[in-house]
Amino acid sequence: MTKFHSTLLYNEAEHDHGQPILDVRHLTVRYNGIAALDRLTFHLHAGERVAVVGPNGAGKSTLFKAIVGALPVIEGEINIFGSHPSGHVCIGYVPQRNNVDWRFPVSVEDVVMMGRIAKIGLFGWPRALDRQRVQSALETVHLAPLAKRQIAQLSGGQQQRMFIARALAQESELMLMDEPLSGLDAPSQEDLLTLLDELKAQNVTILVATHDLQQAATHFERVMLLNRHIVAFGAPAQVLTNEHLANAYGGGTLQVIGDACCEDEPQP
Amino acid sequence: MSDFLLQPLHYDFMLRALAASVMVAIVCAVIGTYIVLRGMAFFGDALAHTILPGVAVGYLLSGSDRGALFWWALGTSVLASLGIGAVSKRGGIKEDTAIGIIFAGMFALGIALISTVRSYAVDLTHFLFGDVLGVSNGDLIRTGLFAALILLLVFLFYKELLAISFDSTLAVTLRLPVNALNNLLLVLIAVTVAITMQAVGVALMVAMLITPPATASLLTKRLPVMMGLAAIFGAASAILGLYFSYYTNIASGAAIVLTATAFFIITLLTQKK
Repeated sequence: MTKFHSTLLYNEAEHDHGQPILDVRHLTVRYNGIAALDRLTFHLHAGERVAVVGPNGAGKSTLFKAIVGALPVIEGEINIFGSHPSGHVCIGYVPQRNNVDWRFPVSVEDVVMMGRIAKIGLFGWPRALDRQRVQSALETVHLAPLAKRQIAQLSGGQQQRMFIARALAQESELMLMDEPLSGLDAPSQEDLLTLLDELKAQNVTILVATHDLQQAATHFERVMLLNRHIVAFGAPAQVLTNEHLANAYGGGTLQVIGDACCEDEPQP
Repeated sequence: MSDFLLQPLHYDFMLRALAASVMVAIVCAVIGTYIVLRGMAFFGDALAHTILPGVAVGYLLSGSDRGALFWWALGTSVLASLGIGAVSKRGGIKEDTAIGIIFAGMFALGIALISTVRSYAVDLTHFLFGDVLGVSNGDLIRTGLFAALILLLVFLFYKELLAISFDSTLAVTLRLPVNALNNLLLVLIAVTVAITMQAVGVALMVAMLITPPATASLLTKRLPVMMGLAAIFGAASAILGLYFSYYTNIASGAAIVLTATAFFIITLLTQKK
């Protein structure tokens, strides 16, 4: 019965762990003929944490939408563990907070349970295992005491952690977060970054879009500097150089960026 | 007092009207919860109006045979729902403008068609404002079957409909067939509109779809509770409205809608801030 259900609506591909968790080749996305993303080629290793930085309109959200499958990929190729993304439910997505209807009548627990939908299967209802997973995901992000709250009654940082819990309940191996730090106060940002460090223990691969070059430099193993094409991708010190930043942001804004962040970063 | 309550029940037409309006009120409340949460109130109103030309063609071809009219309404409703859904996905002009153009045009076409029949006034009034006191046994069985089917589908696809309504990107990452599920919801709304037409008519239908769920949303922050409360408000509005209509000679559809509106206003006013 379960087998039939899972193949009817929820078809899960095998993972080839010899292949990168995410492998993007020559990905080009066009809006009205203009390339929003231009021939992106890169891959991620399992368990690493990568920040995607770049100016507004650089294509960060477009890249994320293409990876999760919300945009059809017409030019280029995206593979997850060696096969097409459509077979994988292991990609978790943490939405921008202003894209969420916070008045929706659901509790924290309800939202996290949504991550289990694929595992529960068609016509199924949550079982003990699903409730367990939800509970442990809530504990991981330190939200267990707030499980019954309506989602609007959470702080900004708690709202982000709820969506991370949902991605954990989904058993995501690749977590995409679109500007999770923006709009949060400093302590909430620190909490969230600490949580991302803790997730490393669970071998979750994390791709975060952020505006904050300072945090990108200090909390992530690799940084992708994006401006429709990949300007640079690698260790923060090699990527966040004046030359690369000038390339990505244009010369005029370089001074602003230099002032706003990274002043205690060693410049090569 | 008991005489006051029991007297209307001596009439078969009142019993059938009560049964039909309670059933459609419950279905409208459940489907309307999705409409309210997804901000589709204007779509619901437009869809109800858009079925008029279909009903009119049925009326011209088969007279006022209720059974035939129902199938015409159902067919038009499903087609219009999927059609408006497809139009609103295209760019070009804004979604609400596109819906407005289609619905007003279709509604005018319906009135034009019906007006070619000489004695159209009475029948047009029934289409616009409902004719719940004219419900036949056949209507009742059809309404019951479709109401049960809609509620069954909502139950079976509860978590999938929740996912596409709350967060369509999540639905994509879970590899749900988002388009098919959106279309399923559009069809469920369409069937609801078709079975509700006789109770309150196309002009007032949006009230049955959105007022009880909106009332419920003031009182709860949980989706299943919201559906349940909306169903209670809807059913109570149907029953009270029909009694009201029986004793005051107010048009039944209007009485039901006014009762639902009164529930909303009272709830709004008595809510603690």
